[in-house]
Amino acid sequence: MLRTYLYNKLILNIQLMKTETQASAGSPDMARRSFLRYAGLGAASVGLLAASACHKDHKTTINGGVDIGSGDLGLLNYAYALEQLEAAFYIQVVKTPYSGMSSLELSYMTSIRDHEIAHREFFKAALGANAIKGLTPDFSSVNFSDRASVLGQAKAFEDTGVEAYDGAGYLFQSADYLTLAGKIVSVEARHAALIRDLIAPGSFAGSDVVDSNGLNATLTIAQVLTIANKYLVTKVSASSYNYIAS
Amino acid sequence: MNLFKIIEEIEKVDPELQDRINPRRAAIKNITSFGSKVAVAALPFAVATLFKKAYGATATVAVNDVLNFALKLEYLESYFYNQGVAQAGLIPSTDAGYFNTIKIDENEHVAFLKSVLGTAAVAMPNFDLTAKGAFPTVLSNYDTFLAVSNTFEDTGVRAYKGQAPSLLGNQVVLTAALSIHAVEARHASVVRSIRASRGVNIAPWITGSASVYNDTGVAAVNGNYGAGASGYPAENNTVQGGVDITKLPSASGSSTAVNIAVEAFDEPLDMATVLTLVGPFFA
Repeated sequence: MLRTYLYNKLILNIQLMKTETQASAGSPDMARRSFLRYAGLGAASVGLLAASACHKDHKTTINGGVDIGSGDLGLLNYAYALEQLEAAFYIQVVKTPYSGMSSLELSYMTSIRDHEIAHREFFKAALGANAIKGLTPDFSSVNFSDRASVLGQAKAFEDTGVEAYDGAGYLFQSADYLTLAGKIVSVEARHAALIRDLIAPGSFAGSDVVDSNGLNATLTIAQVLTIANKYLVTKVSASSYNYIAS
Repeated sequence: MNLFKIIEEIEKVDPELQDRINPRRAAIKNITSFGSKVAVAALPFAVATLFKKAYGATATVAVNDVLNFALKLEYLESYFYNQGVAQAGLIPSTDAGYFNTIKIDENEHVAFLKSVLGTAAVAMPNFDLTAKGAFPTVLSNYDTFLAVSNTFEDTGVRAYKGQAPSLLGNQVVLTAALSIHAVEARHASVVRSIRASRGVNIAPWITGSASVYNDTGVAAVNGNYGAGASGYPAENNTVQGGVDITKLPSASGSSTAVNIAVEAFDEPLDMATVLTLVGPFFA
């Protein structure tokens, strides 16, 4: 079974390589570079803004929503979608503080809001014309005046964010992008630990998120978007990763 | 599994395979599975040797080198927390639960990495938790213990992040490393919160300014690590992927404050610099 999986993966790699060859007017050099990049050799360290992955149109709307696209740009759009959601959430949290929010909690929420906005704006700037559109959130299930509701939702967003980045890291072709995702995921993990401890002291690395090997849980793109779409009017799909929003 | 069969299959499509790729990093590394300790322990060595001639010194770090590097750091952390938790009167009872959880996680990381490495695992070194006298009260003064804990956790996060690119191409090992990385960040966050509750001016995330590289208050990590020979930026870096974060819009206007730009992104660190940082803790 493992062998079948590996074989399929290799064939997929080769298909990707062929696609890119075609996309670059049959230049074998281009194909070679792309494949090297896929292989993680980093032979040609690719600048963030200069990257070109597969050219599937991520802006294609599916069921009135957006598709993240494929390749590294797809993964960056995936992160952009999640950061848009988180930023929108914390903007609302700070705008309408829950009943009994302490000054320390307000300070924490404001910082987290600012971090998430920085993440959102970073992906937007880095993706440029390749960015998916701005997403419209739907937080109707959250009671922003209730501490438990807000913190419970914050915990879900932060834990899911960590599990999303960790689960998708291996899909990156570019080491530079992987490192950028790594720079963000540890900040999300810091947020997650803080929020969890605000809810229940000592739960910063609870057994629901850290297994008996001491590893944080991970989620696939399909699992994450299924969760995220519950809080989005604009549904996000990832057709290249076997997920179409319903 | 039959590695050579797989390679043959690729060669049918790409006859110049061996000129094109280093399979150790792409195909073959993916074969390593935590479900099969033998595979992990034996394969990278065998395959690395096999392909070394074909590809020469590619200056890439072998998977086991990365794992043993991680294991050394985890040995240090687990020893530190095992000693700290066992030290009567060091950790207040109100905080005991926090450090018991962290201790268990670090011991699990050691056990996990050892099981993955098998016979390739390095032995546990001897430690000097005072770091050659830099922290004489590390096991008698709680605030010193917390400061050292803070630096271990932050440095651990940087260390794992720095190794991620070396593991690209190996889904299983990379994902596990990222998963440990996230747990270390959870620890860093809570240790920082505990320090804050005791009057230290510190937040769960690393902050800084144009002139302050790191906020731990520990001189050894306050240096501008990364700006020198390692090529990694310091922790107060505000440019990510060519984008100046301070020039991006924020909640308060058309630019972003330096401290926000610093806090929103943690920085990686290379293996040599990490080992220099923690070096004094090795007896």
